[in-house]
Amino acid sequence: MGQGLTENFWRKLHSLSGVIPVGVFLTFHLFLNYSATWGEASYNAASSFMMNLPFKIVLELFVIFIPLAFHAFYGVYLALKSKNNVNRYHFFRNWSFFFQRLTGFIAFFFVIWHVWETRVQVTFGSEAGFSMMHDIVSNPISLILYLIGIVSAVYHFTNGLWTFLITWGITVSPQSQKTFQYISIGAFILLSFIGIRAIFAFV
Amino acid sequence: MEAKKSIRLLITRQIDLHSPSYEEEFIIPYRPNMNIISALMEIRKNPVNAKGEKTTAVVWESVCLEEVCGSCSMIINGKPRQACSTLIDKLEQPIRLEPLKTFPVIRDLMVDRERMFEALKKVRAWIPIDGTYDLGAGPRMPEKTRQWAYELSKCMTCGCCLEACPNVNQKSSFIGPAPLSQVRLFNTHPTGAMNKEERLAAIMGTGGITACGNSQNCVEVCPKGIPLTTSIAALNRETTLQSFRNFFGS
Repeated sequence: MGQGLTENFWRKLHSLSGVIPVGVFLTFHLFLNYSATWGEASYNAASSFMMNLPFKIVLELFVIFIPLAFHAFYGVYLALKSKNNVNRYHFFRNWSFFFQRLTGFIAFFFVIWHVWETRVQVTFGSEAGFSMMHDIVSNPISLILYLIGIVSAVYHFTNGLWTFLITWGITVSPQSQKTFQYISIGAFILLSFIGIRAIFAFV
Repeated sequence: MEAKKSIRLLITRQIDLHSPSYEEEFIIPYRPNMNIISALMEIRKNPVNAKGEKTTAVVWESVCLEEVCGSCSMIINGKPRQACSTLIDKLEQPIRLEPLKTFPVIRDLMVDRERMFEALKKVRAWIPIDGTYDLGAGPRMPEKTRQWAYELSKCMTCGCCLEACPNVNQKSSFIGPAPLSQVRLFNTHPTGAMNKEERLAAIMGTGGITACGNSQNCVEVCPKGIPLTTSIAALNRETTLQSFRNFFGS
């Protein structure tokens, strides 16, 4: 009891992995995308910098892929154990709980599709860059799916940041939880704006 | 104020755990200032349903009749609360009564809350004071701490928080908010704090504190106004620090 790798360890690691590195990566990714609003050349310069980092495969594996896969698969397993009851209890936090799981599922499928269309295609020999994204989002259905995917991922991250602070015991008092609720909503609006503005720059 | 002539009750009934549930309607004469218990007692006096058929009396559980024992919890018009402190005059009719869904039904509105008592045993929600000799008086509790700890001690194991929690269900082993808050209560007590590692270890395992999903429904429905989510967050901090102590050494 209490020793070794308890549920406490895995669940807290799950919560942390959603923020560091997955959430930080998401934020960085959206900021990088925003360079598309400055034009095709700016975006290609920014993305080629990322493409040419040394030991890129190691960085991708340990900073992105492994933590993301752990967070995603363990998260789906956990979400399937919940029994949502928003029809009976209409509290704000209960809706957030429901949306956290819903956006988690959306982000799960969106990320698989997005990685398939971009990173995997690059491995198969496609040219990464502005024109690749332009080709994807010129299809209106893809654009709508991207918008849903981006907003879902941002919601999942910003609301997850709020629950992370509780799960790790940082925000204990109701007042601190309330303050970070506002900060979380602010981060959601800001990151959504950056993400949406960026994706429209590719159209 | 014009008095209502009668009260309509729609009660979800069940003969035992393995029988299917069914709904039965009752119409009873109105009296002012009734609570759910007195309405159920009215049915017991004359167990005839709304169709005029003779039926069995509705079974429920109650002890204190003043919202301190927690035994008469049931779902009243969709909300988990105590039958004793729920006044008929403040409810919309027809009044729907259902048993709590989190617990096995014994009969009608009476449920078996054993899992909550098992959880209290699992988290060691008591203070060991026995010795082979007189251990004397324990350390004093600061008055400031006593004041908020008293609020946690109001928990009556009624089950409303488990009922409202989306993570307490048959697919999950989560013990629920009530026993977690008791860990905070007993770990706060100066004598209880001598065994706090044992309680923290108990809630760090499967079905423990991290099974909480922060829906915070518990604190909204708690009839005693216990700051359950504050207790959970405080224990999150304690278990985080405890896991560091376990691995890195204290």
